[in-house]
Amino acid sequence: MTSPPGAASSPPEAAASGPPVLEIAGAEKSFGAVAVLRGVSLSVRRGEIHALLGENGAGKSTLMRILLGAESADRCQMKLAGEPYAPPGPGAAQRAGVVMVPQERTLCLHLTVLENVVLGLEPARAGFVRRGAAREIAERALGLVTGVGRRIPLDVRAGSLSVADQQLVEIARALAQGGAATREDGLSAKVLVLDEPTASLGQDDAARLFTRVHALKAAGLAVVLVTHFLADVRAHADRYTVLRDGTVKGEGDPKVTPPEQIVREMLGRELEAARVEPGGDARGAPHDEGVLLDVNALGGCDRPRSATFVLRRGEVLGIAGLVGSGRTELLRLIAGLDASIQGTVRVRADKGVGLLSEDRGGEGLMLSRSIAENVTLSRRGSFVSRPSALFAEGARWIAELSIKASSPAQSAGELSGGNQQKVQLARLLREDYDVLLIDEPTRGIDVASKTQVLALVRELARRGKGIVLVSSQLDELVSTCDRIAVLRRGELDAPRPASEWTEERLLLEASS
Amino acid sequence: MNLRSLLGDRRPAWLGPLVAVVVVYAVFAILTPDTFLRTQNLLTMARQTVVVAICALGMTMVIVTGGIDLSTGSLVALTTVVVARLLRSGYGPVVAVLGALAVAALVGASIGALVGRLKMMPFVVTLGAMTILRGAAKGLADEQKIDCDTKGLERLLSADITAPGLWIALTLAIGVAVLLNYTRFGRHVFAVGSNEAAARLCGIDPARVKILVYMLSSLLFGVAGVMELSTLTVGDPTDSIGLELDVIAAVVIGGASLAGGEGSVIGSVLGALLMTVIKTGAVHRGMPSWTQEIATGAIIVLAVAVDRLRHARARR
Ligand SMILES: Nc1ncnc2c1ncn2[C@@H]1O[C@H](COP(=O)(O)OP(=O)(O)OP(=O)(O)O)[C@@H](O)[C@H]1O
Ligand SMILES: [Mg+2]
Repeated sequence: MTSPPGAASSPPEAAASGPPVLEIAGAEKSFGAVAVLRGVSLSVRRGEIHALLGENGAGKSTLMRILLGAESADRCQMKLAGEPYAPPGPGAAQRAGVVMVPQERTLCLHLTVLENVVLGLEPARAGFVRRGAAREIAERALGLVTGVGRRIPLDVRAGSLSVADQQLVEIARALAQGGAATREDGLSAKVLVLDEPTASLGQDDAARLFTRVHALKAAGLAVVLVTHFLADVRAHADRYTVLRDGTVKGEGDPKVTPPEQIVREMLGRELEAARVEPGGDARGAPHDEGVLLDVNALGGCDRPRSATFVLRRGEVLGIAGLVGSGRTELLRLIAGLDASIQGTVRVRADKGVGLLSEDRGGEGLMLSRSIAENVTLSRRGSFVSRPSALFAEGARWIAELSIKASSPAQSAGELSGGNQQKVQLARLLREDYDVLLIDEPTRGIDVASKTQVLALVRELARRGKGIVLVSSQLDELVSTCDRIAVLRRGELDAPRPASEWTEERLLLEASS
Repeated sequence: MNLRSLLGDRRPAWLGPLVAVVVVYAVFAILTPDTFLRTQNLLTMARQTVVVAICALGMTMVIVTGGIDLSTGSLVALTTVVVARLLRSGYGPVVAVLGALAVAALVGASIGALVGRLKMMPFVVTLGAMTILRGAAKGLADEQKIDCDTKGLERLLSADITAPGLWIALTLAIGVAVLLNYTRFGRHVFAVGSNEAAARLCGIDPARVKILVYMLSSLLFGVAGVMELSTLTVGDPTDSIGLELDVIAAVVIGGASLAGGEGSVIGSVLGALLMTVIKTGAVHRGMPSWTQEIATGAIIVLAVAVDRLRHARARR
């Protein structure tokens, strides 16, 4: 599948050659006084996986929303397969052959999985949905993303699925919209946009997704992939484009461009060497007074089944496990958000336990309220709350975590995904909890912020907090944690020092 | 995915209201066996439910999209006035009814356009419409009842089983249920109420869906208005004040969520029935009317509480 760049029109598998199927020229977009895009051009060819890179807030999602007609550009010329293209809305884009998996969760949670996948393309006769045909489409589309083994039931409500499964349903929906599930021979779609599709997926699902993406590419689809995982870009993309400060700052073939250069193009500077000192030192001496959390045989309704560990001051405890193994549920049990069925949690932290949710749009943030209000939302504090003080506090945290926002009064929903994540973190940090339960803290965060967040986690531990870190990024766990425990189908193994683990061993252990 | 959570997901939302209707009916049947069990009483109850039930069909659609319609009562009154005026001007019953329905559909389309295209809050738009339509009805009727020869329309809800009104209501209920559950349009109605952004992303035009929904629902309110005229036999601009609250109550008892995305026709009709049974039963028992008001209110709150519990259980 390695098609050397510029290998002009090599016969049958004419991948990534010929005229571009999609051309965007001079895209400009401002929100109020903030210019997000200032003349961005992008061209994507047939049979090409094109990575769109850039820091949080660089405007990647905005550009993709313009492409889908979900956002109107101030100025933009687009051509699809040589024809001028200016979709008034997503429906028109879909008919023209552009489909997208957006970054934020967009499922109808009350509808079933089946209904979500075929939404807008229900096969119908005289207005009546042909249920059999609809089921077939949904089954095939879901089969494409989940493989044959693990299946997402078609008739449950989308709202009852985990975030990862919801993401898979969204991908299936985009594939169905692109015609992948209706016609065996060919696709009606020309361009598929994936906006951070693997951010909430486990490794196996992500791998399967990329296999699928390669198959689609071979079938002649142009794929635009927005992601912060440079390893995926190197492994799968044929070309990349970097956005920074509203303009294109770099283009090329990721397989031959050194990653340092891509990072430099993204950040406009060198990535500061990871200040994360590896954990796993001899701090784990069992002295009882430092115990913050004592979890004993804890079990919830479905998952987890049994988890036992102690968390001490100054320690980062990592929890590895496949998606669906019950990691999020475990954190929710400890935080007391869900009722446990068995076991005990003893909390000896005066300042309480804080949870960073993996579902930032759903329960992590008040999307329609300002950054300042989100950061300062607390059950403590005085009765009087002056707006000016609120905004000063908001501004402080914006500076502290270098959140990219126009002002503390900007609503959280207007921020880019990665910056929303930082707002959520800011709230936890401000509360100064003793125990932090952190669920996928680097989801959707760019490389620079990722190092920053992980360094912050270590720093918090140094200041005597206890941290439970759940992450699908195994490298992150190995480099940040003192001890790591593996959660396997609801059973938590005893934690072991991080120095005994490697990424490969974690993966092996988690999936065995 | 264990069996219980599957069942929790699939147990139909109208099961609760059905149980409630049966239980309440049984209680009154035991308390007043000699009057309550007569077929005549059943018929009376059915006739009394027709207006609220037909309105509830429309309101169910509106509430499923996440909206609300407060103008129901006013529109029903306006319809009675329009029909009565047309009849008095010498038009036949068919023309009179069609004319009134056209007015109702026009009202619905306007509300829908304001809610859908201009993205105004349904509560506010229909609050305004409630007052405007009430005023229009009074103006059209010169602030008094319009006597007219109903030319056969009074037979719509005559007191026997062949009353066409009953069968029209039943047919409409089946029609709306089929529309919501088996058609493409119905799927889109639920999708818009559940997550409008997602619906738009899938190429659905939420504004179009809303315009159609408000138009259809107002049309149904118009039909209910014709039924109302059939019992009143006059056009009354001050009729049905507060009807919308009964209708909303019926829909909510039936398992719909005011946040949108949930609701069922069967549930709403059962909800309407439940309220009639309580009212009639209370009358038969000779209970003062304040007690039935308390009972009806309690049932509404209880119904929603039970529904919440069911949801919480399904989620766990
Ligand atoms: N509706 C809006 N109103 C105001 N500002 C907005 C709006 N939508 C996006 N922005 C701003 O535009 C900028 C670019 O956002 P965008 O979502 O495109 O970033 P991104 O490159 O996708 O970032 P990420 O990697 O975090 O997803 C951000 O600074 C964001 O605050
Ligand atoms: Mg984005």
